[in-house]
Amino acid sequence: MSIDKDKIKHISKLARISIDSNKSDSLAKDLTSIFKFIEQLNELNTDKVEPLSSILNTPLRSREDKINDGKIRDKVLENSPKKNEEFFVVPKVIE
Amino acid sequence: MSKDKFDYFIKGEKNKYEVIIGLEVHAQVSSNSKLFSGSATKFGAEPNSQVSLIDSAFPGMLPVINKECINQAIRTGLGLNAKINNNSVFDRKNYFYADLPQGYQISQYKNPIVGEGKVLLDMSYGSKEIGIERLHLEQDAGKSIHDMDPSNTYVDLNRSGIALMEIVSKPDLRSPEEVNAYIKKLRTIMRYLGTCDGNMQEGSLRADVNVSVRQVGDKKFGTRCEIKNVNSIKFMQMAIEYEANRQVKLLDEGKKIEQETRLFDTKKNETRSMRSKEDAHDYRYFPDPDLLPLKIEQKLIDDLKKTLPELPDNKKERFMKDYGLNSYEANVLVSEKEISNYYEEVAKLSDKKLAATWMMGDLFAMLNDKGLNISKSPISAKNFAELVQSIKSGEISGRIAKEVFELMVESGDNPKKIIESKGMKQQSDPKELEKIINEILTKNKDKVDQYKSGKEKLFGFFVGQVMKQSGGKANPQLTNDILKKLLKG
Repeated sequence: MSIDKDKIKHISKLARISIDSNKSDSLAKDLTSIFKFIEQLNELNTDKVEPLSSILNTPLRSREDKINDGKIRDKVLENSPKKNEEFFVVPKVIE
Repeated sequence: MSKDKFDYFIKGEKNKYEVIIGLEVHAQVSSNSKLFSGSATKFGAEPNSQVSLIDSAFPGMLPVINKECINQAIRTGLGLNAKINNNSVFDRKNYFYADLPQGYQISQYKNPIVGEGKVLLDMSYGSKEIGIERLHLEQDAGKSIHDMDPSNTYVDLNRSGIALMEIVSKPDLRSPEEVNAYIKKLRTIMRYLGTCDGNMQEGSLRADVNVSVRQVGDKKFGTRCEIKNVNSIKFMQMAIEYEANRQVKLLDEGKKIEQETRLFDTKKNETRSMRSKEDAHDYRYFPDPDLLPLKIEQKLIDDLKKTLPELPDNKKERFMKDYGLNSYEANVLVSEKEISNYYEEVAKLSDKKLAATWMMGDLFAMLNDKGLNISKSPISAKNFAELVQSIKSGEISGRIAKEVFELMVESGDNPKKIIESKGMKQQSDPKELEKIINEILTKNKDKVDQYKSGKEKLFGFFVGQVMKQSGGKANPQLTNDILKKLLKG
C-alpha cells in the first residue's frame, strides 16, 4: 500500500494532529516504506496461527465490585482549561 | 389491535416494500462500581462526583476490570441462549468527543464475550425468533449538557466508564411492533436476571436502529441507515416509520440511498443526516495494550448457569400449564418478576383464573392510575386473594367487589372486615330474596300484567327494583331465577 498526501491529511485529521503541508511529502514516503515492511510480513502463511493480542502469558487482573474511588471532583476538574464549580466547560458542541 | 397475519409493508407509488430492522441495544450493567474503576454508578448523583482519575483519563492511570461486570455479561448471554466465548479481547475504538476523555472507548471488536443467541417474541400472528449476533462489554461515555449555557457545553463524567452491554440483533425485525416486542423482551429477561434495570427514562437502555427497505420478494438487503441513540420505544417506532417511508420515496423516485448515520429529531418527528459523523466510522480499532485478553473458565460459566432464576419463557409455560392461563394472560403476568411473584402468591390462596382476571383488570388499572409499582401495591397479595375468594364463593357479587376493592385501596384493610362492617354480603338466601321480590311484584301489578302480555323487556326493570331494594346486594343469578319462576306463576 502506498500512502499519499491525501491519506496523510485524512489520518492526521482523525488523530487531531496538525501537520505542516511541506512535511506531508516526507511523511508519506516514511509511512509508505513502513507499510512495505508490513506487507512483507503478510507474505507469511498464518492460517493456523491464532492472532496474538498480548505477549504476556498471565491472566487479566480483575477486581471486586467495590466502590473505593471517586468523590474527588476538585482534583478531577483542577487541570481543566475551563470549568465551573461542578462541570468541565467546553465550546458548544451540538448536532 | 390483534391480527393473525403479519401485514407491515410500505406501499410506494410503484412498489410494495418490506422493512428490515436490526438493533444495537446499549444496556447499562447493574453493578456497584464502574467497568474499569472503583467509582460509583448511581444515577442522579452530583455532577462529576463519581469520577476517578481513570474515568477522567489522567495520564498513567491503568484500567482494572470489575469481575461482577464480566459475570453480568455472562448471565445475560446465558439468558439470551447464547454462546459464551472463553476468550475475548478488549479493543480501543478511537474517536474524539468532549464527553470521551480518553479519546477512545474501550470496547470489544473482533472477539466479543458473547456470541450468537436468540430471543423468542410472542406476536399476535405467532411466535417469532430473533437472532442475536453478539453481546460485548464496553465503557459508557460522559454526558454533555447543552442547555445550561448559551455559548458553552457542560460535561459531567459520572457516566463515563460505567459498563455497557451492547446487544446486537440480526436484521430479523420487520416492523415497529416487532421492535417494541423485542425491546420489551430483552428488558424483561435482563430484569429477571438482575443484569440491567432497564430504566429507559434514566438512559439505562438505549438503542441504535438500523433500517433498510427492499421490495417484497427480494432476497438482497437494501442499503441501510443507522439512527443513533434513540432512548424510548415510542421514539424508535416513530423513527423507523419515518425512515422507512423516506427510503421508499427515494427508491420509487429512482434515487439511491446513501449509507449514513442519522439522528431522530423528536420534536419534528423526522430523521436527518449527522454530517459530523462522516469520518466517524473510521474508528481504527486495535487491541487495548493496557488490558490482557479475557479468559473465562468453563467452570465459571457452569456455576453462573446454576444460579440463574427461572426465565420468562419457562415461567410462562409453567403458568399456562399449572394455572390454566391462556398465552396472553401468562405473557402479561410474567412480564415483570414482581408481578409474577404477586400472582403466584394470590393464585396459591384463591381461584387461579379469576385471580388473573381481577389482577389484570382492576388491580393493574389502580396501580397505573396511582403510578405505583406492584411491590408498592396498597393491597397485599393475601388480601387480594381473599377478595377473589369472596367473589368465587358468591359471598359478594362482582359489582360489590369493585366497591370493596376501592375501600381496600383506601384503608389497606382486609376484605372480610370491610364486607362485614359495611354489611356488603351478597343476599343469597332464596327465602329472603323471594320475600323482597314478592313485595316488588305486588307493588307493580300493572307492570307484571304488561310483562305477562308480552312486554318482556320489563324483566330488566324488575331486576333493577330488586337491586335497589337490596342495596345492590341481591345475588344476580338467584334474582334472575326467582324472578323468572314467580313471573311465570
